[in-house]
Amino acid sequence: MQPDDAVTSEEGAPVEAAPAEEEAPVRDELRAPVLEALEAALGDAVVATEVRPGQDAWARIRVDAWGEAARVLREELGFTYFCFLSAVDWLPSPFGKSEDDAAPVAVDPGAPFDHGTTGGDTRFQLIARVERPGTGLGITLKADVADDAPAAPTWSTVYLGANWHERECWEMFGITFDGHPNLSHLYLPGEFEGHPLRKDFPLISRMVKPWPGLVDVEPMPGETNDEEEGAEVAAE
Amino acid sequence: MTAITERQQRAYIGAVAAEARVNVELETEGMTLNIGPQHPATHGTLRIVVQLDGEQVIAAEPMPGYMHRGYEKLTEVRTYPQVTTLVNRIDWLGHFANEVPFILAAEQLMDIEAPPRAQWIRTVFFELARQANITLFLGDLGAQIGAITPVFYAFRDREHILNLMESVTGGRFHPNFDRIGGLKDDLPKGWIEECKGVMGRVKGFCDQMEDLLFGNEIFQTRLRGIGVIPADVALSYGLSGANLRASGVDWDLRRDRDYPLAWKEADWKVWTHPDGDSFARCWVRLQEVRESAKIVEQLLDGIPSGPIMAKVPRIIKVPAGEAWVSTENPLGEMGYYVVSKGDLGPFRCKIRSASFNNVSVIPWVMKGVYVPDVIAILASLYFILGDIDR
Repeated sequence: MQPDDAVTSEEGAPVEAAPAEEEAPVRDELRAPVLEALEAALGDAVVATEVRPGQDAWARIRVDAWGEAARVLREELGFTYFCFLSAVDWLPSPFGKSEDDAAPVAVDPGAPFDHGTTGGDTRFQLIARVERPGTGLGITLKADVADDAPAAPTWSTVYLGANWHERECWEMFGITFDGHPNLSHLYLPGEFEGHPLRKDFPLISRMVKPWPGLVDVEPMPGETNDEEEGAEVAAE
Repeated sequence: MTAITERQQRAYIGAVAAEARVNVELETEGMTLNIGPQHPATHGTLRIVVQLDGEQVIAAEPMPGYMHRGYEKLTEVRTYPQVTTLVNRIDWLGHFANEVPFILAAEQLMDIEAPPRAQWIRTVFFELARQANITLFLGDLGAQIGAITPVFYAFRDREHILNLMESVTGGRFHPNFDRIGGLKDDLPKGWIEECKGVMGRVKGFCDQMEDLLFGNEIFQTRLRGIGVIPADVALSYGLSGANLRASGVDWDLRRDRDYPLAWKEADWKVWTHPDGDSFARCWVRLQEVRESAKIVEQLLDGIPSGPIMAKVPRIIKVPAGEAWVSTENPLGEMGYYVVSKGDLGPFRCKIRSASFNNVSVIPWVMKGVYVPDVIAILASLYFILGDIDR
């Protein structure tokens, strides 16, 4: 793992700097009005928004307005196409990547979670995406759900396709959806215990036989920096 | 001669009495019919439990999960380059097309772009994967509704596309060829000419299918007006690809979204159909293969020269961030929501596969159809089990 710091110092820095420079002046004429309309309809239930100009838009909604957000998007803003609904468990994995050369991961259970775009307050976050058909315009919604007994209002009454996605989310993350007509197992057998996509659910097969990990990307002899690598790849 | 026992005699009388009762009262009882998990129409192992009232379906409930391989969990313990080997196997007939959106998402987070030559060749392979996938669909479609011949033609012509893939990537089904920043390798000598020949063949196959199947009276009777899905229902269920365009929604991500890939360089058409029935779904797919062959033919003449890989560090670390990229895959919209925390592998990768949504409409569309239509609707919705279960 020793060459890692060499890579981040050269390549990590400019990448992180670039979006910050662009975002401030550029207003996305396609996506910004959508977020404004959503804020107008839902008021302070919209906790945070973010637009990456020309690419994508995010909005974080308070969980009690989750169902209302779906209705506004579908009926008022024309986002009639349901793309997906799922969740993210922001707990850092206590098992790491289960590589045989990896150091054990120390997880501080009290530490705040390192949330992604639009931030967050809780361990579990719902993500859902809807799109306006015929265009390239879509929006990703997020909502924080309570750590103990995570629950959210169902979308399946607004978007019919959310039915299966919520069933999957329920069995994989243990998030219940209030008002869902049939919250039963979709993939897993009925007697299955646990929620496999939670970070504290171990991937047993991987722990029994660890993956060799970085073996196949070991640096080649004579490689020191990106300059040489680029030249070599071009020559190939 | 042995005399029958008293027990046998009672059973015989009971059976006759039961038959008489049915004949006299014409009473039908509800019946549960299990389709699958092993059935040629399920492209894998999908089980559908159908409640019947006579010949009519009153409820149908698909039960996926027989092929769940836990890819979303597995991506969390792999590095970015290792993920492409996994996602290859999601829609195993559209192999290469599965890799592209994931690689694009990683490239978006790293803020790098593959060189133009790589983008063009990516587009060509993407379309070849589409043709390999839908060619087999057209043949299989015939087989599922009772026409055996088309499936042989389909396998024959798909073989040429797979040979093209093999001669470049080394893999017929799982090329694992797309890399962050470009492609693994360049095209071999003479490949472009060979590919043009195959495109002629694919177009010929489409013409043949149109004559053989789509003009056939039995074929039309089996599919026309069966399993009609209106546009608003299709959108609400998140149907995508040809299933959505067959309901009259003019939406193709290749045309309507900005990709670094070269679709915009070619002149082609998005076909829709107003009917929304099984026939429309099959017909739109047939046109999709034709247009796809056209795209490839046009792109082959204009592949720019230059490098095949951008400058990418040997050990790929993706900066923290979130990205959603989806593309118009053979089965519909296939996308990845990648959450990165700056590690060697994704922190979370939500895989949005087209068939999952496409199949979730089954309980809605199968209400009230007759038993033979169940297979016709399944065939026309076209799903791959690996694409439902992931």
